[in-house]
Amino acid sequence: MSQPVEIFTPQQFHRQAQDALGNPQVRANFRKAMDGLMVKRRDAFAEWQLEELRQLGANIRLRALSRLPDLLEQLEERCEANGIRVHWAEDGEQACRIVTDICQQHGARSVIKGKSMVSEEMHLNAHLDKAGIEALESDLGEYLVQLNEQTPSHIIMPAIHLNTDQISDIMHERTGTERTRDVDTMTAAARAQLRERFMAADVGVSGVNFAVAETGTLCLVENEGNGRMTTTVPPVHVAVTGIEKVVEHLADVPPLYALLTRSATGQHVTTYFNMISSPRRDGEHDGPREVHLVLVDNGRSRIYQDDELLDTLRCIRCGACMNHCPVYTRVGGHTYGTTYPGPIGSILMPHLLGLEATQDLPTASSLCGACGEVCPVKIPIPDLLVRLRREAVGEGEGNVPGAGVKRSTREVAAWKSWQWLATHPSAWRGTTGIIGKLRGLAPEHLGPWTEYRSAPKPAAVSLHTLIKRRRQEDQS
Amino acid sequence: MTPVKLYPSPPEKVYLFGTCLIDMFFPEAGLDAVRLLEREGIEVIFPDDQTCCGQPAYTSGYHNEARAVARAQLGLFPEDWPIIVPSGSCGGMMRKHYPSLFAGTADEARAESVAARVYELTEFLVHVCQLKLEDKGAAEKVAMHTSCSARREMGLADTGPALLAQLGQVDVVEQERAAECCGFGGTFAVRHPQVSAAMVEDKSQAIEAAGAQHFVTSDCGCLMNIGGRLAHRDSGVSGEHIASYLWRRTS
Ligand code: SF4
Repeated sequence: MSQPVEIFTPQQFHRQAQDALGNPQVRANFRKAMDGLMVKRRDAFAEWQLEELRQLGANIRLRALSRLPDLLEQLEERCEANGIRVHWAEDGEQACRIVTDICQQHGARSVIKGKSMVSEEMHLNAHLDKAGIEALESDLGEYLVQLNEQTPSHIIMPAIHLNTDQISDIMHERTGTERTRDVDTMTAAARAQLRERFMAADVGVSGVNFAVAETGTLCLVENEGNGRMTTTVPPVHVAVTGIEKVVEHLADVPPLYALLTRSATGQHVTTYFNMISSPRRDGEHDGPREVHLVLVDNGRSRIYQDDELLDTLRCIRCGACMNHCPVYTRVGGHTYGTTYPGPIGSILMPHLLGLEATQDLPTASSLCGACGEVCPVKIPIPDLLVRLRREAVGEGEGNVPGAGVKRSTREVAAWKSWQWLATHPSAWRGTTGIIGKLRGLAPEHLGPWTEYRSAPKPAAVSLHTLIKRRRQEDQS
Repeated sequence: MTPVKLYPSPPEKVYLFGTCLIDMFFPEAGLDAVRLLEREGIEVIFPDDQTCCGQPAYTSGYHNEARAVARAQLGLFPEDWPIIVPSGSCGGMMRKHYPSLFAGTADEARAESVAARVYELTEFLVHVCQLKLEDKGAAEKVAMHTSCSARREMGLADTGPALLAQLGQVDVVEQERAAECCGFGGTFAVRHPQVSAAMVEDKSQAIEAAGAQHFVTSDCGCLMNIGGRLAHRDSGVSGEHIASYLWRRTS
């Protein structure tokens, strides 16, 4: 049953990228999946005034963030009034303890989980496991990566790195399902396996897509119905969310939902949209007896303090930035070694893990801008990547943990020399002139560049000189 | 809403900001840009003291160094003439990033003025000059690669193709994933060479698969990257800066 479990870490981005690039299966799986998602997104927005909708989405998120502390208090108050118990966690560790305590108070042995990235971020499963509580993922993709002892490689489609054959193998080896390529058969098998577990689970854990301050409502977007089972079948439901997920009004939800589903999978609506506003009331036939909401900070309030970095918190976790990222598309989510991969991961994870651990991530982008172009809430991702590069080399405001870690004497000296040359025009012209004259000596091998490309050859005569000559010709 | 740029009528004079890559590696492209503009009756002023827009340091996070270099360029365009940049990435740097780089400093107004007067070459030729081209070359198939900065920072995905479309003998072929990055990204190609190589490989293959005999681009970074890859593979497809291509076919 057991296979060596590969541990991915952000420190190993380079090696992991190389491995992924050398694995045609991974490359093909991602390319195919992302191409499909790009087309679906484009088609889904075809008849919409996309720019206006994006601006509306951005404004809703900005408005909510501008009043974040107030809205969180309002959310707490409304939830409590509705009978939802609210807990605050400063970091992942504390959040895990809160969830584990709730489980233990109910003598829980098994927990069924809906999809929740924040629970990945805080490593909840491992924590519960240590307390002797088994946590089973109910989202089909999450279930598969859990069976395969992996982590998700995408925030919307956790198992997108696997193709049908691989999934068939995993199901066969781990659960004894017959080998088949028929997706419906596999889905039915997984459903049967999960159904039993729903009935047996003591606690259901879910994430939250939007938490509405005005009404104390928790909104959950999903396609499989497993989220609904998770939040209604077990007697206790614990919802876990980052503090940034709060919105002001119920009316803010429809535009964000429209943007989320279309950006993520090209769907106009999802199969399920759950709104949870209280535990089971007297006379009601289903629903949990207890609902808890855990509000997780885990570095978010520090991001909140910085006017520029704050934009990171607008994210509605649709995954469009990764679907369109030429780097992510080629190396896949595991390469990043972080809970959130791709462009959003590269701007979010440095705050959660510090720049020491994540220093390669802000540079793992060609700044092509595809992520910013598709982001439904208009997060200026490329600008934030540049900001984090500044933080990494110690030229930012120092508001990110590990700021300055990338500053090296050698690199600083190189940029200083470049600065000197580029601010002394005659020295610049002299240098380009000399480079042109010595072009015969230009190296044929320039490290990695020339492994894949011919070496660029400096021109014999620079543009400065060409123009000067032309002026002289004109005069003579 | 993205602000709509209003284009003036053709001026008597313009500045040319040649960019450091053109200066050192593709100077003919700079000269061809001058020739194209002059043919439209526009006098081109080339300030001798120009060096680099500062972008390499900017995207690497070294903003103090980038600012010092950018500041040295700000003083080179004192008259109220358009500044023509034959490169989307340097154009994007000057139009989009100069204002924020100098925000709150004594140079803010100068940076804003430069930013407002910057035009990428093909943008200027199409929208301001309303250039009309007469093709004198032989029939051939060409692929256009629009750089990411021209496309997304400057919003200019159409101006290069619009110019090529005027060339009667040129068949502009559509490549797969035309909007995707070629993998240059300045220091990205150096910091993440394998990923960059995978990107440029796909781009090169797409250009070949489209049946192109040449590819043209208005960015020298992309030209160096894609052209370098095609040459390394001994591909028959060669690359050229769009200024040189247009001049060659119409002169
Ligand atoms: S950053 Fe934007 S595109 Fe990326 S996941 Fe968040 S909302 Fe979606």
